[in-house]
Amino acid sequence: MNIAVCSSESSYEPAGEVLQGNDGASTLLTRIKDEEWSDDRLNVPERNPDRYFDSWRVMNQYFLLIACLQLWSTITPVSPATTWGPLAIIFIVSASKEAWDDYNRYLSDKKANERRIWVVKDGVRRQVKAQEIHVGNIVWLHENDEIPCDLVLIGTSDPQGICYVETAALDGETDLKTRIIPSICANLSPEQLGKIKGVVECPNPDNDIRRFDANMRLFPPTTDNEKCPLTISNTLLQSCYLRYSEWACGVAVYTGNETKSGMSRGTAEPKLTSADSMIDKLTVAIFVFQIVVVLVLGLAGNIWKNSHGRKQWYLMYPPEGPWYEFLVIPLRFELLCSIMIPISIKVTLDLAKSVYAKFIDCDDQMFDWETSTPAHSANTAISEDLGQVEYILSDKTGTLTENKMIFRRCCISDTLYGDNNGDALKDVGLLNAVSSNDPNVVKFLMVMALCNTVVPIKSNDGTISYKAQSQDEEALVNAASNLNMVLTNKDSSSVEICFNGSKFYYELLDVLEFTSDRKRMSIVVKEIGSGKFLLLSKGADEAIFPRSCPGQEIKTYQEAVEMYSHLGLRTLCLGWRDLEEGEYKEWSKKFQDASCSLDNRENKIAEVCHSLEKDIHILGITAIEDRLQDGVPETIKLLRNAGISVWMLTGDKQNTAIQIGLLCNLITPESNGQLLSINGKTEDDILRSLDKALVVMKTSPERKDLAFVLDGCALEIILKHSLESFTRLAMLSTTAICCRMTPLQKAQLVGILKSSGSLTLAIGDGGNDVRMIQEANVGVGISGREGLQAARAADYSIGKFKFLKRLILVHGRYSYNRTAFISQYSFYKSLLICFIQILFSFSSGVSGTSLFNSISLMAYNVFYTSLPVMTIIFDKDISETTVLQYPQILLYSQAGRLLNPSTFAGWFGRSLYHALAVFLITVHAYADEKSDMEELSMVALSGCIWLQAFVVTLDTNSFTYPQIILVWGNFVAFYVINLILSVVPSLQMHNVMLRLCNQPSYWITMALIVTVGMGPVLALRYLRKVFQPSAIDVLQQIEQTNRHIETYRNMESSSGTYLDHLLTDLRRNKDSIHQPLLSESLACSR
Amino acid sequence: MSVSGSESEASRRSSKKPKYSKFTQQELPACKPLLTPGIVIGAFSLIGIVFVPIGLASLSASQEIVELVDRYDEECVTASDKIGFIQDTKVNKACTRKITVPKPMKGPIHIYYQLENFYQNHRRYVKSRSDQQLRSKDYKDPKAVIKSCDPEATTGDGSLIVPCGLIAWSLFNDTYAFSVNKKEVQVNKKNIAWASDKNSKFGSDVFPINFQKGGLIGGGNLNDKLPLSEQEDLIVWMRTAALPTFRKLYGRIESDIMASDEITVVIQNNYNTYSFGGTKALVLSTASWIGGKNNFIGIAYVAVGGICLFLAMGFVVLYVIKPRTLGDPSYLSWNKEDAGYSH
Repeated sequence: MNIAVCSSESSYEPAGEVLQGNDGASTLLTRIKDEEWSDDRLNVPERNPDRYFDSWRVMNQYFLLIACLQLWSTITPVSPATTWGPLAIIFIVSASKEAWDDYNRYLSDKKANERRIWVVKDGVRRQVKAQEIHVGNIVWLHENDEIPCDLVLIGTSDPQGICYVETAALDGETDLKTRIIPSICANLSPEQLGKIKGVVECPNPDNDIRRFDANMRLFPPTTDNEKCPLTISNTLLQSCYLRYSEWACGVAVYTGNETKSGMSRGTAEPKLTSADSMIDKLTVAIFVFQIVVVLVLGLAGNIWKNSHGRKQWYLMYPPEGPWYEFLVIPLRFELLCSIMIPISIKVTLDLAKSVYAKFIDCDDQMFDWETSTPAHSANTAISEDLGQVEYILSDKTGTLTENKMIFRRCCISDTLYGDNNGDALKDVGLLNAVSSNDPNVVKFLMVMALCNTVVPIKSNDGTISYKAQSQDEEALVNAASNLNMVLTNKDSSSVEICFNGSKFYYELLDVLEFTSDRKRMSIVVKEIGSGKFLLLSKGADEAIFPRSCPGQEIKTYQEAVEMYSHLGLRTLCLGWRDLEEGEYKEWSKKFQDASCSLDNRENKIAEVCHSLEKDIHILGITAIEDRLQDGVPETIKLLRNAGISVWMLTGDKQNTAIQIGLLCNLITPESNGQLLSINGKTEDDILRSLDKALVVMKTSPERKDLAFVLDGCALEIILKHSLESFTRLAMLSTTAICCRMTPLQKAQLVGILKSSGSLTLAIGDGGNDVRMIQEANVGVGISGREGLQAARAADYSIGKFKFLKRLILVHGRYSYNRTAFISQYSFYKSLLICFIQILFSFSSGVSGTSLFNSISLMAYNVFYTSLPVMTIIFDKDISETTVLQYPQILLYSQAGRLLNPSTFAGWFGRSLYHALAVFLITVHAYADEKSDMEELSMVALSGCIWLQAFVVTLDTNSFTYPQIILVWGNFVAFYVINLILSVVPSLQMHNVMLRLCNQPSYWITMALIVTVGMGPVLALRYLRKVFQPSAIDVLQQIEQTNRHIETYRNMESSSGTYLDHLLTDLRRNKDSIHQPLLSESLACSR
Repeated sequence: MSVSGSESEASRRSSKKPKYSKFTQQELPACKPLLTPGIVIGAFSLIGIVFVPIGLASLSASQEIVELVDRYDEECVTASDKIGFIQDTKVNKACTRKITVPKPMKGPIHIYYQLENFYQNHRRYVKSRSDQQLRSKDYKDPKAVIKSCDPEATTGDGSLIVPCGLIAWSLFNDTYAFSVNKKEVQVNKKNIAWASDKNSKFGSDVFPINFQKGGLIGGGNLNDKLPLSEQEDLIVWMRTAALPTFRKLYGRIESDIMASDEITVVIQNNYNTYSFGGTKALVLSTASWIGGKNNFIGIAYVAVGGICLFLAMGFVVLYVIKPRTLGDPSYLSWNKEDAGYSH
């Protein structure tokens, strides 16, 4: 009783790979490619050690280089501890965060790995730990067990060989899925199951949870040696649950990390936000600046040494130095200036980002009560990008709509039902037709009830509930049962329906499954009794109409489809075909072959299905309503006002999509808006209409809402021939509706927008949106009814579309603002101390002496200046209400107005000015007899600390108690720490701070430094806020002066236009001028 | 699967809901001060009102200090080859200077020597010392001493110097003898160094060894019999100055000196500032609460205070000429017309 499992190498080439189980061996399996199999690999995803270092990138190597250079005592200005210390602290902080995550993961892995599982060995059932299951073992599961690894089902308690699994943990779909044993395993008794031998030939592990193209062969004497195809419906996948089956058993085919769920866990590529890349650019600029400074000072130092230094006898310069002597001074300056690039910035930003993510996770107002899902940020590093989103690409079904399907209308043999009251189920005409057994209506209802993959589940009290993978199918079956056509029982081979009290039985022969390419599904059934073979089809109108039997008049149906789409209803076309027995038999064989093929199976099946689905007699059209989600129109309006282009990408029909677009404010009706349709029958037509749309888009007046519509076929042609003009159109257009999109095309559109430099956000709820979500800069998943696939792939998951406005306008915007401040401030404080060192070098013979001692320098970077800046993560420039009221303000963060070279120049200038103020005042106040090195350095350091506190305070918009405590607590801590340090005799700073604190002139100097440093900043800021206020300033003022919402409602008209003016102006100049906002550079004072 | 009941379901649901706290919801009570004209004008006026008096007080304190500066390096060497003169150990380098006191000076009068163009902060110089060696006689780790005191750690034959290093080696060694109106005045050289330095940085059991016994003689010599903690001139000298122009305390004259008294100073002009173009000066100064004579603080305070007052007034005038209520719609519409110019 051996089952050997073969993994065939890539692209299903089984031939040489098939190995047979070893009959004589005592183990139950022979694993074919024997790999090292460590126990804890069962559930622990492999950790990539590089991942941690990746995020540190170049900057770390830089710091490491500096730290190594510092070990050379000739050139180091301060003790190496100044770099090694912070480096160690930063490393410890990050590493302990990682370690904590790892530990938690370890605990949960351990729990999973040590679960007891029943395994059949030598025909005996015994319990083993989950981690001891090997490929080829036969695993025995009981009802409600979690499946420990990927299994091929070989036996169940059900005589039909069916069992049910709940796959919610895997794909989030809450319905039950039917799993069926492969045909060759049918009729095996539980005893036989323990003894079978065979080979399972399966592809290499992958993460496709909808596909398992494998073969199984059992060895004699059990059955004939025939290959049996395996599909996903023969599998039990890891982390699903077995339901409604007493027991089931299967052969383990993938274990550990090779399971479908293990493979799909893979770590996402780290995304880099545009704010991050801006910071990187600025870092490079500062690095270049640093090199220039080092070269200039190094040269000056060498010149001074030769012209003056050698004359200073007390320096005792040797007449001949070593060959590298000319390098010593530049290298010293390199080390001295290395602090220009703040060592703490990465850690500070990482911490800040994880706080933003926590804020999102905890947001009360993004908690969806209906499904009880909180918002979640799976990716903690990209919150800033939310605030800079330019394009939102949204799925329609389940994202904009509720994905709660309700059967509303139908059209059966040219009669429209449900037109009067909007509900066909209450249409008297239809009810009468049902009770009078109108043959067309009965057929129609039969297709509704039969042609699906719905599973009826009978509860104890006799009521039937339906579990379906597709919401449409569920709606249809429910509607049918309301119209007395009840689907009562179903198993893998037979269906029972009950119409008007009498029962009908059908043998279920084949299911021609739905795929997004085919856009239809069919089943073949045999009517028990009459023995008639029937093909029942349902699908999109354009997939069914061309296959209707010649001669049938379909004009009414087309009109009905048109009309229903105009109402925003989803339509399905139902059809019927009688089959000849011979025709079916012949086809069935082909179908069997196609299903067994390992290579290109999907296409082959589609081809075979195609050959049967012809001459369909169309029965009618169903129209299903998919209601808009709560708050969608308002949200879209708000987002569009915020200057975000919203595109709708849907697999649905153009008319339906346009109707939904109108309903949810995406497009404006004719008088104010214009819809440019890009379509055509030939390539030329399509390209011509594209050019026309481009011309209209370019020449139209600004206030008009323009949108374009195109469908999948057109997009395909455009992408092939005219990508450039389409990109131009995409840049111009704020709204677009793209229908009939395949998942790949959705991702392509995202790619086009991304490649033109726009920041894209993709939002969707279903598996078909995963690719676009992963492609986009920011992926948002709705944890909706179509499952969790999208939510799992996404960076953020929310319960409802309406939360998107809060995610972007509140969290994204604040995150961006805060990051902009934190990063620039980090540079500011580093530059400040560095400029002071540089200024000091001019009075120390350009010799590279450090004014500050090692302890102060280290503490400055790590303690004194890191805490105050963290307070900004609590800061809000304007309140959430105001932001939501004036969404235009998002343009500021969207256009990157708070973090760009120009604002950075402001900070740069400020740090230079502050360095000059601190240094010159210190040097003059502590001149002559007071000019002791230690004292002077402490005065300068205190000056910096004072300025820090005031800079943070001035740039804080709203003070909350943590901010006040952190900023001023840190300030007090500086004095406490230094007073403590000054009583330690062995330190250079011994007694320095104590002495200074007793001198009135010290405090007077501090006040002078603060006033000189902050006075001009304050004055410039005031002048700008009053005479040239930015929109943010105006909103702050409005917020302050009119605390009541009613008051500023009244003013909305006037201030709104002004703001509009400001904001449109902003937008126009988006790329050309960067207006500094946070900081004052001289250029922006007027 | 639907068995477990709605109760646990309900609790599971509510447990998913994030806990509400003002902190996580970012709803902490916040104070949002705006830069209103009132606040800004008030702040600047206040700064002006506070700063000007402080400035005037500092200035007057500084003005009351009598400070006499006498640069003597040029006059004390008459020889044309100044460097040769100063390096010649046999020549008598005594030099007499006469200073007339313009204003009465109250004791104690601080005596400083002032050096210019002397880079005590040079990296080569500032690092060349061993604090451990100065602190404790038990510290005899030759390698560490040589490393930190390079290039003046050992004598030619390799024995360690105490105190080692360039700073100690280049000890300032000009001496001054004062007489007021021909009457000799004692210079108090006690307590010229920081008490903390004497107590904990310079050991009372550390005595100079091999000092100035190397090939080159730098500056002054030390009394081998006195422990370092009592060599106050050395302690003062070893507190390196941060700037190339600096003064160091030489001693104090405890008695008062009247106006128009004549002070005669006999200077032993030993220290070589000539080879690098430095200057030497003798400074006599009284002291007040702000320390020595320094007009900078006073002037800066008056100037900054004045500017602040001026700014405050300017803002008031601007406010009167172009009044604008913040967040006022009428102001917004005004700005709307003006916006054309601003861009």
